[in-house]
Amino acid sequence: MNHLDELESQSIYLMREAYHGFEKPAMLWSMGKDSNVLLWLAKKAFCGHIPFPIVHIDTTYEFPEMLEFRVWARDHYGFDLIVWTNEEARARGIGYETTDPVTVTHELKTVALQQCLSAHKFDALITGIRRDEDSTRAKERYFSPRNAEFEWDYKDQPPEFWNHFTTEAGPGEHVRVQPLLDWTEIDIWRYLDREKVPLPGMYFSRNGMRYRSLGCMPISKPVESNAATIDDIIEELKVTKVSERAGRAQDHHERNAMQKLRAKGFM
Amino acid sequence: MSNLSATDLPSPAVTPLAPPASVDVERPAGTGHLNLVVVGHVDHGKSTLIGRLLFDTHSVPDGKAERIEAACKAEGMEFEYAFLMDALLEEQAQNITMDTTRVPFRTERRSFTIIDAPGHKEFLKNMITGAASADAAVLLVDAQEGLREQTRRHCFLLSLLGLRQIVVAVNKMDLVDYRPEVFEAIRAELGAFLAKLGVEPAHFIPISAKFGEGLLRHSTQTPWYRGPTLLEVLESFRANPPASGGPLRVSVQDVYRFDARRIVAGLVESGSLSVGDEIEFAPGGKRSRIKSIETWPQSNPPPRGPVGSGREVALTLEDELFVERGQIASHLSDKPHEARAFTARVFWIHDEPLRSGELVALKLGTQRAEARVLGVQRTLDAVTLEIGTGTSEVKVHEVAEIRLRVRKPIAFDVGGKVPSLGRFVIMRGRRIAGGGVIDSVVSEAPEGNGATPISRTAILGHRGCIVWMTGLSGSGKSTLAQALEQRLLGSGVLCAILDGDVLRTGLSRNLGFSPDDRSENLRRATELAIHLANAGVVVIAALISPFRADRASAAERAKEKDVPFAEVFINAPLAVCERRDPKDLYKKARAGKIPQFTGIDSPYEPPLAPDLEVRTDRASVDDLVERLVQLTLSLSKPADPAGGGAHI
Repeated sequence: MNHLDELESQSIYLMREAYHGFEKPAMLWSMGKDSNVLLWLAKKAFCGHIPFPIVHIDTTYEFPEMLEFRVWARDHYGFDLIVWTNEEARARGIGYETTDPVTVTHELKTVALQQCLSAHKFDALITGIRRDEDSTRAKERYFSPRNAEFEWDYKDQPPEFWNHFTTEAGPGEHVRVQPLLDWTEIDIWRYLDREKVPLPGMYFSRNGMRYRSLGCMPISKPVESNAATIDDIIEELKVTKVSERAGRAQDHHERNAMQKLRAKGFM
Repeated sequence: MSNLSATDLPSPAVTPLAPPASVDVERPAGTGHLNLVVVGHVDHGKSTLIGRLLFDTHSVPDGKAERIEAACKAEGMEFEYAFLMDALLEEQAQNITMDTTRVPFRTERRSFTIIDAPGHKEFLKNMITGAASADAAVLLVDAQEGLREQTRRHCFLLSLLGLRQIVVAVNKMDLVDYRPEVFEAIRAELGAFLAKLGVEPAHFIPISAKFGEGLLRHSTQTPWYRGPTLLEVLESFRANPPASGGPLRVSVQDVYRFDARRIVAGLVESGSLSVGDEIEFAPGGKRSRIKSIETWPQSNPPPRGPVGSGREVALTLEDELFVERGQIASHLSDKPHEARAFTARVFWIHDEPLRSGELVALKLGTQRAEARVLGVQRTLDAVTLEIGTGTSEVKVHEVAEIRLRVRKPIAFDVGGKVPSLGRFVIMRGRRIAGGGVIDSVVSEAPEGNGATPISRTAILGHRGCIVWMTGLSGSGKSTLAQALEQRLLGSGVLCAILDGDVLRTGLSRNLGFSPDDRSENLRRATELAIHLANAGVVVIAALISPFRADRASAAERAKEKDVPFAEVFINAPLAVCERRDPKDLYKKARAGKIPQFTGIDSPYEPPLAPDLEVRTDRASVDDLVERLVQLTLSLSKPADPAGGGAHI
């Protein structure tokens, strides 16, 4: 059993625990590479069936190519897709044209997610976050409870060991289930390659540029790269020291932006 | 992967007794991804060590070290490698690590994940969370300070968690001028302490994390040390799990019926399985053969195994069995234990102690069971290793040997045979409050026929009794009865309140308030209480019961029926009761609307020698309830049917 097999089995174990433990789980999907690994693992965990809805929080600033992929993947995999937008904030004029990226991310992602969660009464959210993405994520648990205000109490997290997790949510609370926590960016690419997981084309080099991390159009910047295949990308990652989310503007807008976003309920 | 003989035969005539030896060859030492935990007393240099390892192995993203250096300069602080780790602002402010952090790094030889476990006592749960998933541990000791409380505590927990690959790094050697005698003294003391725990460290290494001495390169400062560097030791460790070989164990997570298939999904905890294997599910002992291994995407030909330990599987069976989550599948030749009572070593990380007699939720593998703490055999001080006896509770951060009994049999392994199925966690609400390792099965005598009081006691873990609360209207009987009921139910004691108002509107609704009717009302209450108590219920009677003679008959009748009985005087002066007047009864009585009201125009005879008297006008409800709980538990005596003493 190699490292990818170990990661795969662990993720499937966590997903099955989540599906058993919660009444109404859902899976978050951004169409990004981690999200697509998550989807692939769900298909494996439940032998071809995806037994919970897949939620996409649509900020209305999505790349058209990603939206195309959204429709394609839904039909290809066959799942129940829920698309949610914070229409109220958009109606108020919240957008990258008028507002700072941290506020926009909060309104169009976190608040939108809150709205979606309370509308559908989900008690668990399976997400694709990884510990190596950002230092604040390094402290996450596999099953991470959030209170009714969506807050993450990172100073007093429940203990979690020997494959036993927080598989119950209190009234109004939900639990973030994070099956990819132990995966690194290279693991993701190696797995995508091994399993031939379908991906949006924007991750691969076009005209000397590619996207390493995909978010909203106005704040996702491509990096210089000639990596046109997964092999190229893996080789590139072995030598790069630029952090993965360097192209994501909301992380760098002000000091500790990520920590603030996370404590408020951002993924 | 596919086994030729298995693929050729449609259904093997003979079930292999043991998994094929070629499966799951143990991974050689020094290869594979290694999860590493760093433990030790607070301020002995964990974050500095990790920061330095990251920096020296070029695992820090470009610019991060420079940014932190600039920030330090701006605030007039000396740059510290620990800051690389302490990414969260408040951690830098407090100079301690708050929670378990996982940081990946790699060398040319292998990749690692460092799990940083904090040293502060109150964060022990995080250390356990981190260490429980580690393959190896670095134990840091400050050369100047030597062994401290958490050093010893962490050693103890590492041994209990089953971590056997430990390297001791004696840090801050620069502060003792790299003197060999300091290093040797610590090696001798810590070596002896670890030996008592049955732990033998791979190496003791003198280092200075701050100056990078002894980490990646041999230090010129310690020419007297001839052993390996820290990194050499880390690179040589074995990536432990999953346990290879061993008997087949599959923890059933769920049974799916999304389509025509009935799929048993679970984790292979040890051993390996193939299509055609005959397996048995414990508890229960139902048997079938594995019909298929289901995968997505489907492969052609479909896989037939073997599937080894650590893997998730999805199986279909040849027979339609009722299989459910929590069961453990094994080959017939080597099955897990199936039992109700066992002894275990537990560590406790919840502020509220674990009490003898308490009913707790226990999770083992994917099983969940209600368990009664039959007794606390002894507690072990994790610092001094001293043994304490005669206690009935396990306090936060304590380790103890306890005896547990589950309501229905569960399946498990003992003695490290399949480590993941020989350990469990204890829940408090939604949180893990402690963990334990099963040491032995307690054999139980078969139970007799019929539901005798003894078998009821065995089921409930306690016997029925009557706590008879007497006192004026408004003295606080109902309040205390309800608080007591909550406390008892909370610790798994079955109980019921017999309330005067309830009786009067039901069983005794044909009775008035004349002395005769009052006596008849209490006679009925007594018989009902005795009946319930005989069925094992702790009865909390909250009745004014103003006359001594009636209370005496109740006590006598209970004695006749062999039901423990206690008279509790809920005492508050009439003036206080009348001022409280929760139901406006005094007001109505004074207005002449209620005749023969106790205390107004009908007498109350206070008990002469109650088993307990409480003054509700002088003490808080919490204090009084505590005394009532003690009294009740002394009557209901949670018994240990397996022998030995349960003490409450």
